[in-house]
Amino acid sequence: MGKLIRFIPLILFIALGAILFRGLSLNPTELPSALIGKKFPEFSLTSVLNASQTMTTADFKPGIKLVNVWGTWCPSCRYEHDYLNKLSNTSRFTIYGLNYDDERDQAAKWLTKLGNPYEFSAFDEEGKLSVNLGVYAAPETFVVDHSNIIRKRFAGPLNPEIWKNEFEPLIVQIEAEFLASSQNNGTR
Amino acid sequence: MLNKYLVIAFIAILTFFTSLVLATPVDTYVFNDKVTEIRFNALNKELRCPKCQNQNLADSNSPIAADLRREVYDMLQQGKADMEIVDFMVSRYGEFVLYRPRVSSLTYLLWYGPAGLLIVGVIVVVLVLRRKPVKNAQKPLSNDQKDKLDQILKHK
Repeated sequence: MGKLIRFIPLILFIALGAILFRGLSLNPTELPSALIGKKFPEFSLTSVLNASQTMTTADFKPGIKLVNVWGTWCPSCRYEHDYLNKLSNTSRFTIYGLNYDDERDQAAKWLTKLGNPYEFSAFDEEGKLSVNLGVYAAPETFVVDHSNIIRKRFAGPLNPEIWKNEFEPLIVQIEAEFLASSQNNGTR
Repeated sequence: MLNKYLVIAFIAILTFFTSLVLATPVDTYVFNDKVTEIRFNALNKELRCPKCQNQNLADSNSPIAADLRREVYDMLQQGKADMEIVDFMVSRYGEFVLYRPRVSSLTYLLWYGPAGLLIVGVIVVVLVLRRKPVKNAQKPLSNDQKDKLDQILKHK
């Protein structure tokens, strides 16, 4: 017993070392979203392409929504833009843009030049909706389900690999849930 | 020679002025009263900038920090309490935005760990000090040893 006690500091040291070593490999910029499972916040913002048109959550089409936060000042947004264009060729979900801390002319130019994957882009100059969404950088992509509940938040540019691993399974799951709930309603 | 001194003087002046450049952002918010202003500054110090993780809102120049400062200002103008503003931020950005984490089951170790370690340390010290000294110091010399010692002392 007396000899074992001498090893306690060593054991404690190894345990602490193991915990701290694990900490080294964690990515501190990967923050959990506080909004998963909550309703998409209400907003009232003008459209990037039309300053006189006010968009709200009521303008979302029914079905699954992808809300993509972007800005012309953001190089990673440029990187993912072509992939977003490709993604928008589907009827499984609709993509909406949230243009964050940007200038309208620049943003409109970007959309006409590079293609517009968005059903509409809300122009969030002051970051009102972005703050409500807990956005801290662009690009970020939110998956919103049929009943406007936020199901996922992804920070960083999209690519086929990430889509396949992170988004596709969730979209399939939401589709299945929706199918099941609508069948339930039908047979009642 | 004179040129050299001129160059040194020039560099010295440049260095002096660069030290006057402050990188902290300056907002031009107007407050109705001094208390609100103090609360505004205190909140900005307490809240972390989500983008630049080792700066608070008051320190950071990033656009998102500016947006969040404006949000804090707006909420203060609407007469919201500090607690409400902090809750607003936490519900959007998570506990992460707080520089002083809240006391919860997740952070017990963080809050009470140091005090716990101190108590453990005190207990160990007390135990070590109270341990009775081993009784071998009073061992008397044998007769042979006494003779030897006497001889050595006499020779001196």
